Amino acid sequence: MRLPEQVTRLGFVIAAIAAVVLLLRLVVLPSSMFSAKPHQEAAVVREMAKPVRHAGVAVCRECHEEEYQEKYGGAHRNINCENCHGPSAAHAADENAAKPPRPREREFCLRCHAYDASRPNGFPQVDPQQHRPGKRCLSCHEAHDPVPPKTPETCGGCHGRIERTKALSAHALVECSACHAVDERHMTEPRLALPTKPTSREVCGRCHATDATDPEASKARVDLASHGRTYVCWECHYAHLPEGRK
Amino acid sequence: MNKRDFLKDAILFFPAAATLQALAKDAQGAAEPAETPAGYDATKHWYGMGIDVDKCIGCNRCVEACKVENDVPEEPFFFRTWIERYQIHANGETTVECISTRAAPPEQAEPEDPTVVRTFFVPKLCNQCAHPPCVQVCPVGATFQTQDGVVLVDAERCIGCRYCIQACPYGARYLNPKTRTADKCTFCYHRITEGLLPACVEVCPTEARIFGDLKGRADRLVRFHRVNPISVLKPDLNTEPKVLYAKLDGEVR
Repeated sequence: MRLPEQVTRLGFVIAAIAAVVLLLRLVVLPSSMFSAKPHQEAAVVREMAKPVRHAGVAVCRECHEEEYQEKYGGAHRNINCENCHGPSAAHAADENAAKPPRPREREFCLRCHAYDASRPNGFPQVDPQQHRPGKRCLSCHEAHDPVPPKTPETCGGCHGRIERTKALSAHALVECSACHAVDERHMTEPRLALPTKPTSREVCGRCHATDATDPEASKARVDLASHGRTYVCWECHYAHLPEGRK
Repeated sequence: MNKRDFLKDAILFFPAAATLQALAKDAQGAAEPAETPAGYDATKHWYGMGIDVDKCIGCNRCVEACKVENDVPEEPFFFRTWIERYQIHANGETTVECISTRAAPPEQAEPEDPTVVRTFFVPKLCNQCAHPPCVQVCPVGATFQTQDGVVLVDAERCIGCRYCIQACPYGARYLNPKTRTADKCTFCYHRITEGLLPACVEVCPTEARIFGDLKGRADRLVRFHRVNPISVLKPDLNTEPKVLYAKLDGEVR
């Protein structure tokens, strides 16, 4: 059977249209019209080309090795230079182009070291109202190697908050050493030799047990055998303010 | 021109145009930079961040460094990373406050609330989810995950529809008022691909933030993952965040 001529012609026209469409889709039009991939690859390249503003401590160290070593020996060893001196990539590229700031005002140090209840336990904090108000921190402390100007003689030098709390409590006359054994080393390297805490009920029992023989024993007596089951006293009572929070 | 001439011309024209187009494309391709710059293979990395909640002191240095590094607008409500203060009260209530919105810490310490049982800071940022909801919802494919696991926004493709901002369960995205496109933490992609640390990790004074590569065998983050009790935010959403929180309080959402 022979195809009618008009069908053949129509076939040519359809084939031509199909060829044009395929040509447009596969060759003429860019693939970025149909897929997000080329855009994403270009975005990654753009993202990677963004300027670096913080040089990083390794770059600072290339020129400022002395300061780095000084800092490395002290309590600020984990603080990188640009924490205090600001983003310094411009200074690293050309030392005269931009001088990184040297923050000297009290408020700057207090941003980390002012007392805040949410800060972790043991982080060195001061009450700005009581700790040398108005004085610059740098007049006593060296920022790269911050140690107290002299080793504190009393526990209150560092643990001022506890000292002030205890001074107003029924335990005001109880020495710190009555409950805590403190190694000499704790004064110079506080984190490496932590003081002890009472691990038995007998420490409090010296004053508070019904059969306590201490002449200065407290009037608050409990029967250690029946009171508080097996808990150590300070698990329920805050020894620095035994009356509890007002 | 009759029909026959037109068809003849057309048959000649289209292949010629296609050839020219292909040649033009080659010329363009030669001028553009390579897809991944030499020396960096994205498939070899899978970046993540570890956050030790116990170490954060809420000093906001990370927030400031991030703003400088990434041109985040200065107004105190645009953040790529921010710090939250959690306060858990005796009656079981939890209050959350973003402390990064304050220009400066208050002059005088706020009086302590006696009902607060415990309180701490939690740094927040884009969790760089392994299954990111923001990527799913983007209608134009402007936000996507790179081969090294970082979720990026193509600012030239983004139409600013804010759908991703709605979809992010962590509130990590904002609409940049300058570019009018969605913006978020990129783990400082321009820094990490050069081997530097993200700006927030670089300046963190207490090492509360650890940056690393979960594909690295002796990586700091892998060790952090091993030695700490780790949780992620909203694990029930199966987004599989790559920001790993150590010692996270159960109240943190």
